[in-house]
Amino acid sequence: MAESETGASGGGTGGKPPFMQRLLDNHFFLLFLGVVIPTVFYILWGVMELTQIPVANY
Amino acid sequence: MTAIAQFRTCPDTGFKVHSAAEKLIKANAVAAVVFLLVGGVFGLSVALTRWQEVHLLPADWFYLALTAHGLDVLLVWIIFFEMAILYFASAILLNSRLATPWIGWLQFWLMLIGALITNVAVLQGDSSVMFTSYVPMKASPLFYLGIILFAVGALLGCCVFFGTLIVAKDEKTYEGSVPLVTFGAITAAIIAVFTIASGAIILIPTLLWSVGYISHIDPLMYKTVWWAMGHSSQQINVSAHVAVWYLIAAVIFGAKPLSEKVSRTAYLMYILFLQLASAHHMLVEPGLSSEWKIFNTSYAMYLAVMGSMIHGLTVPGSIEAAQRKKGFNKGMFEWLRKAPWGNPAFSGMFLSLVFFGFIGGITGVVMGTEQLNLIMHNTLYVPGHFHGTVVAGTTLAFMAVTYIVVPLIWRREIIWPGLAKLQPYLFGFGVAGISLFMMGAGTLGVSRRHWDIAFSDATLSFDYPAAAYLMLTLNGISAILAAIGGALYILIVVGSILFGKKRDEAAAPAPAEPTAAAATSYGSAGTAAVPGTFMLALIFFVTFVLYYFVNWKYLAETWGVS
Ligand code: HEM
Ligand SMILES: [Cu+2]
Repeated sequence: MAESETGASGGGTGGKPPFMQRLLDNHFFLLFLGVVIPTVFYILWGVMELTQIPVANY
Repeated sequence: MTAIAQFRTCPDTGFKVHSAAEKLIKANAVAAVVFLLVGGVFGLSVALTRWQEVHLLPADWFYLALTAHGLDVLLVWIIFFEMAILYFASAILLNSRLATPWIGWLQFWLMLIGALITNVAVLQGDSSVMFTSYVPMKASPLFYLGIILFAVGALLGCCVFFGTLIVAKDEKTYEGSVPLVTFGAITAAIIAVFTIASGAIILIPTLLWSVGYISHIDPLMYKTVWWAMGHSSQQINVSAHVAVWYLIAAVIFGAKPLSEKVSRTAYLMYILFLQLASAHHMLVEPGLSSEWKIFNTSYAMYLAVMGSMIHGLTVPGSIEAAQRKKGFNKGMFEWLRKAPWGNPAFSGMFLSLVFFGFIGGITGVVMGTEQLNLIMHNTLYVPGHFHGTVVAGTTLAFMAVTYIVVPLIWRREIIWPGLAKLQPYLFGFGVAGISLFMMGAGTLGVSRRHWDIAFSDATLSFDYPAAAYLMLTLNGISAILAAIGGALYILIVVGSILFGKKRDEAAAPAPAEPTAAAATSYGSAGTAAVPGTFMLALIFFVTFVLYYFVNWKYLAETWGVS
């Protein structure tokens, strides 16, 4: 399980690079994850809870 | 490609420098430093006001200065500097040309104009709403407009950065994976995109509200979405300053990360989880469930905290490995004792690492615990904590890297080497003092953002213990020390840019072993034999655990059960 010392992503030297390496080299997929995860767990979930608070009657 | 003539190679470090990127780096770095000066002066005036015996500013000026301080340092200084880092980490570390330099200039001018507009609004005196600008406090529309323009500029900067990644890949300027420092910058840019999007969601309606087009903004909704921006922006800083740590270690020691895999995975933790910790600002709010709070602040946040601890271990670890290779092998700590403590780039970086971990990091985890948050929420403990992260951590790291950037990008030597040697210590220990003494005052219950803890003209008075006054005095003295360190930094940097001895590139022989190689390539140190670093980590954990439980003890004493 020698770690490729150049980090070369494949380049025809046989099989695909390991999953983690492909993930870490896929910067735009990381961008997608980095935006979607907090949007769902922090903003959407949070805002959903806030909208359920009943409005006070004056 | 017609770009050949637009590049030059730095004779000391071996970096290949694209001239359009170089100009943008200069412009952004200069703007950053100018606003650090403005914001720093406001910071000192705030600290001298809270020193009760001095009590420098009247109340309205205090809140104006506090607003300007938060905005100019936290937003303007830091983000301008980060733009410079993004251009450096993409174009220069990847040996690439910068994508669409004209959009880069649009970034610069939008941010500059935005920052000026917001400053004018604040100085007019009708926008002293603090940088958090919680509704229903209303600032003038210019205040929000300036921040929005600034944020649009920053978003364009991220686009240029991602564009440069694509260009570099297409034009094959690097092989395999991007270097670790660039990966850190990618992490920062990803978090920046979320940050700016959240900012747009909340600040555009707030602008319309201040103009009068929207009648009502719910304060809790505002606060929730605002902190998606406010907190995440701090995580841009963490990602960026960790990248700077790796960069400095690579340039000074030729250090390679202990394991590329581990360091990158730590960054992945940031991308996935760090932004969720925004919820630690909402821990005492009613209306949000404990499930939401606990998921976002504990279960997920601790994964991100682990990321920071990994970086905190591998950065000194990589330095230790590099030093041992050079023969500094005696005992546990010869590698550290014989490190170049007189080089401000190193000393600034190492102090940044230690203070960020011990002061900012530990207290952050304590405050991020839902129950413990109650005993320090909205006290001076909070600014104490974040002067440990964003000032002793980020700002000091950025200062340190400037000592590398000025010779590299401006091709000037640093003036006043003797004072430059001292600068990181003055600023670092000054800020450590600010942090610790504000936390001390906070532990005694002193509020943050409060002009007069003596309540001299209030109908209902309250007496803080004398120790609280002492803490504020010590804070004021530390602030003076930090301000001297900050002023020295600005003088040295500006002086070097203007008057530093020009470096003659043609005459200098090519370095035998360009240090750039360690920063621009992929590769691990190939050893984990770093006993000194493990010892440091052990000390850190013991401190951490003790302090954490001490705070539970404090909490337990809040309500006597009998
Ligand atoms: C000489 C350097 C500095 C000094 C003496 C200083 C001092 C202070 C003091 C005394 C406060 C007020 C706490 C309160 O009353 O609530 C404060 C707030 C703050 N500082 Fe600094 N600071 C310095 C540098 C910085 C830097 C470099 C940053 C950011 C990178 C920063 C970010 C902030 C922020 C965000 C606040 C909170 C403002 C608010 O509550 O609205 N400070 N600082
Ligand atoms: Cu936060």
